[in-house]
Amino acid sequence: MALETSDTTAGSPGMGGVGRRHGRGHRFMRRIGFPYLFLSPYLILFAVFFVVPLLYALRLSLYVDRLVGGTVFVGSDNYKQVFQDSNFLEGLKRMFIFGLFQVPIMLGLALTFGLLLDGGAARFKTLFRLGFFLPYAIPSVVAALLWGYLYGGGFGLFDQIAAKLNLPGPDFLGSSDMLASLANIVTWQWTGYNMIIIYAALQAIPVDIYDAATMDGAGGWQIARYIKIPLVLPAIMLTAIFSIIGTLQLFNEPKIMYSLAPSVIGDHYTPNLYAYNVAFTNQEYNYSAAISFVLGSVAFLASYVFMLVINRRSAD
Amino acid sequence: MATNAPAALAPHGKRPIRGSWTRRTLVMVFLFLCLIYFILPVFWLIVSSTKTNADLFTTFGLWWGGRFNLFANIHDVFTYTGGVYREWLWNTVYYSVCSAVGASLIATLAGYTFAKFHFPGRQIVFAMVLGSILIPITALAVPTYLLLSNIGLINTPLAVILPSLVNPFGVYLMRIYTEQSLPDELLDAARVDGANELRIFASVVLRIVAPGFVTVLLFSFVGTWNNYFLPLLVLSKPDLYPLTVGLASWNDSASAGGGSQVLYSIVLTGALIAIIPLMAAFLLLQRYWQSGLTFGGVKT
Repeated sequence: MALETSDTTAGSPGMGGVGRRHGRGHRFMRRIGFPYLFLSPYLILFAVFFVVPLLYALRLSLYVDRLVGGTVFVGSDNYKQVFQDSNFLEGLKRMFIFGLFQVPIMLGLALTFGLLLDGGAARFKTLFRLGFFLPYAIPSVVAALLWGYLYGGGFGLFDQIAAKLNLPGPDFLGSSDMLASLANIVTWQWTGYNMIIIYAALQAIPVDIYDAATMDGAGGWQIARYIKIPLVLPAIMLTAIFSIIGTLQLFNEPKIMYSLAPSVIGDHYTPNLYAYNVAFTNQEYNYSAAISFVLGSVAFLASYVFMLVINRRSAD
Repeated sequence: MATNAPAALAPHGKRPIRGSWTRRTLVMVFLFLCLIYFILPVFWLIVSSTKTNADLFTTFGLWWGGRFNLFANIHDVFTYTGGVYREWLWNTVYYSVCSAVGASLIATLAGYTFAKFHFPGRQIVFAMVLGSILIPITALAVPTYLLLSNIGLINTPLAVILPSLVNPFGVYLMRIYTEQSLPDELLDAARVDGANELRIFASVVLRIVAPGFVTVLLFSFVGTWNNYFLPLLVLSKPDLYPLTVGLASWNDSASAGGGSQVLYSIVLTGALIAIIPLMAAFLLLQRYWQSGLTFGGVKT
């Protein structure tokens, strides 16, 4: 797995010696006391806001809250319902289609930008780097608002341009275009961020590797294909995994779009929006927990399978 | 789009890095077109926030037109519904600063520990931290809400700040950064000098890993500043909202119509004010966060 860090760099030759000189209590502190003392803020918060909610969600999802009879244990009933829930499955399918197109386009662009800005053919590199990255500094709520207004009628930019050209106005907020419109917002926001991660990895490659390859007659494209891309594959995988998880969790953009196109978005456009509405509009916390749990597992599995596939491929 | 890369980089030339004139021109045209795509909405926002609500509808969006109304709009933003925007701005700053400082200190401490100490359970605890990156926050939303409401934290700033302090990616980044920038000899020397572990962390470690720290700080800051889902869940009093939730609520009423058409210019100007601090932060700190991420990317 790409995220794994090896053990080799962490060795500290002097540690044991110092510990021995100060006796047993000191050695205990060095071995266990200080590490766990230093980790404790993170571990405590991690337990409270990660582990406990996760277990709590699991527990919630195994019960139902009935008007008569109160909270009843129902085992896997909620899960059976989730897998037959057309609202959930529809959203999941939509996110699958979204991810199939949006993620490769975004990461392809990010990698292209990274390679171009790392290579020698482009000028004004700082301008491009900061310009492409700019949308990341904009809250997704504002990005969705902005694009929503640009898409929409009234004072929408595309409508204005279409009117100037005597063309019919586009229907970006209609049901057939909405998914692509959302994909555009996400691409706009996150391409620069992914580019920076890939670019940072590219910048870290020692230059002498290229020199050797150039001496051997390799061209720019060959260097990119056979040296740069394999070396930054872990960074690309990182961005891909974040993108897969982000896609399955899509919420902010459709939530904002709802106010602009309520009939298109509805209450279950994305699985996460559905889980939110089930919990906070219908007050069905137990069922919502089951939806979230399934969604979380799908995201976890999707990234895991993705890593396995990539690792197998790059091992061949 | 990805096919532009091979076309743009010299396929087989004697000067593979620079490429020919045509190729460089193509690359530049492509990059400039992309730059326009990324910048245009922001430019539109800037132009739009100088217009009156009526001019928004009657003048072309990409150019100044009608009355220059920016200052009146700003005044409206800060006075609309009793000046609640000011509170949102303050809340956002408050939540973001607390979360960012807390999260990056905690992540640095944890990252340093993973990098420089051998202790029982190190591998498994780190694997847990990494694994949690893959768990979508969504799965935790409802239980986190119920948990916070059980301990009476709903509608308090802590409900936004405390969950934001957990930053697994920050821990990962700081571990790598520490491994690569902090020599063991320095720690050993400090220990031989008799400095205790806490002092070593505060005076030696923090100074050396500062660029990584600033990176995590900045990204945590942005994370909280831009966060919408968590505050939406745990805050229901408008005077506690951050900008994201507040602007969304204004947008809801603007889109719902009902005589609130005037709101558009206020929402747009409010949105512009909300994004300026972050853009400034990224520009001013670019040296730090770019070098911080470069280190993070080295490890394979």
